[in-house]
Amino acid sequence: MKLALREMRRRPSRFVTATVILSLIAALLMLLGGLLDGLIQSSTGALRAQQAQAVVYSSTSQASLVRSRIDPDVRQAVEQIPGVTAVGGLGSAQLGARVPGNGPRDLADVALFGYELPPEGVPDPPAAGQAYADEILKADGVTEGMTIQLGPARTPVEIVGFVRDTTYNGQGSLWASAATWRSVLAANRPDAQLAEGVFQALIVQGDADIAGRIDEATGGATESLTVTEAVNAIPGVREQQSTFNQIIGVTIVIALVVIALFFALLTVERSGMYGVLKALGARSGTLFSGVVVQAVVVTAIASVLAAVLMVVLDAIIPPGSIPLQITPVRIVLSAVLLLLAAIAGCLFSLRRVLRVDPASAIGTTV
Amino acid sequence: MNALELSDVRKVYTMGDGSEVVALDHATLTIGSDEMVALVGPSGSGKTTLCSIAGGILRATEGRVVVAGEDISGYSEKDLTRFRQRMVGFVFQSVNLVPFLTARENLLVVDELGQRRGKAAQQRADELLDELGLADRAKNLPSQLSGGQRQRVAIGRALMNDPKLVLFDEPTSALDTKLGEQVMDLIRTEMKNRGTAAIVVTHDERILHYCDRSVHITDGVLAA
Repeated sequence: MKLALREMRRRPSRFVTATVILSLIAALLMLLGGLLDGLIQSSTGALRAQQAQAVVYSSTSQASLVRSRIDPDVRQAVEQIPGVTAVGGLGSAQLGARVPGNGPRDLADVALFGYELPPEGVPDPPAAGQAYADEILKADGVTEGMTIQLGPARTPVEIVGFVRDTTYNGQGSLWASAATWRSVLAANRPDAQLAEGVFQALIVQGDADIAGRIDEATGGATESLTVTEAVNAIPGVREQQSTFNQIIGVTIVIALVVIALFFALLTVERSGMYGVLKALGARSGTLFSGVVVQAVVVTAIASVLAAVLMVVLDAIIPPGSIPLQITPVRIVLSAVLLLLAAIAGCLFSLRRVLRVDPASAIGTTV
Repeated sequence: MNALELSDVRKVYTMGDGSEVVALDHATLTIGSDEMVALVGPSGSGKTTLCSIAGGILRATEGRVVVAGEDISGYSEKDLTRFRQRMVGFVFQSVNLVPFLTARENLLVVDELGQRRGKAAQQRADELLDELGLADRAKNLPSQLSGGQRQRVAIGRALMNDPKLVLFDEPTSALDTKLGEQVMDLIRTEMKNRGTAAIVVTHDERILHYCDRSVHITDGVLAA
């Protein structure tokens, strides 16, 4: 092992190519992961922020807010379940918003939520005609105190403050009272307007296992999910995850192949030296662990370089332009996956190391 | 105790087409504990095979191999690896120092791969370098040393584990006559001072007089 590390210190130039290529692959891996995290984050914020043990949809809605309807009698049934401490209605409307100062066709995409139980970081519902806006709407020119107009009916809503990480389907969210939401819906989506007391979903606080009991109590009229389940059930979330994870998987395979080829070549080049060392009493295991150590060091350096690159990239990309989310968890996860690929890649050299014959050191001029 | 006893040793290689090649045929050879023997023969005569068997690198097909009282005939690969760490030293034809290690580190590599005696090994390496006249070259890489100096480092490496038998594979083939004689002189001095036995494989008749006796080998058959 000492020998392997010394070789890297004394002959760094031999490892530069592999380190550069692996740094680029590591950066690609972290970028893909960051984009996935960013996309998922921008699609799911409104539900992730919910402080609830269950999100209740109507049973036929397939966990879609737009399709779901919860009538007052169902709500009443839920409220009476032992272990339920609070129930709040939730409704949404996805609309275009006219922002003063922007062109007439330059609409900001917004998702207006009417709520009763405030999500994390959102204050209690504001007065009628007012809303809190997600801070990503600042990129569309929205400011505090501004009145924006929603939908074809141009319903005015005054922005009274900003909240963070509550986006929905990539759109900036607006958080308003149930009454404001209902009136905006009635004015702009007459086909989808809902009667007083009817919501799209219920946010339920109570015992940790309450989700399972709600559907029983409502006689199958509802489909109750935990917040995590509800987040994953948002249309498109699973598809995005599986697409990105497949690309990430292919990238890891490429890293594995690069490492396998590089160290297989180094091993072929070193077979003369390995023969001598074996004749001097080196075990194959010792020599092979040297290869693994070198691969791990190269990969670790590449991961650090890529992580630095990602942090810089994250800093220079203007907020709201690309949904890139660089987190320590994603960087560490990418590095660990690459290290595993590096070790697996080395296994291709194992047979070659084992096959080096100490007898090759004698009687040859290699 | 004799450094090496070969009794009726045969080495047969099976070729790809199933035919057999006898590289060593009923070789019997005894080398005393501080004897220096030249092994002479044309290329392909079995010198290397004999040397490899005596050094525990190859296993004999038949016969008995005893090195410093230790019968290695039935040893597994693993046993032979440990045996080589403890009992024999090698000086290879092309010197074969590890190119990215200094002279001192090339000696210490033997310890790192084997017994790991730490401080004692470092002390021994320094002593050997001093004896071999390389004390001021300890921190040089092989590329910064002359051919003769490299050969001396290789001799130092072979002596690191205090071997009972040292095998020299054509130690002068890459050196000119004068340097070759210097190196043989050094080998003889080192071996005799330590009382270590040595086999010097060569086809250079000029260096035979440095050895106590010569053994000739032709087509795998030994003749004293």
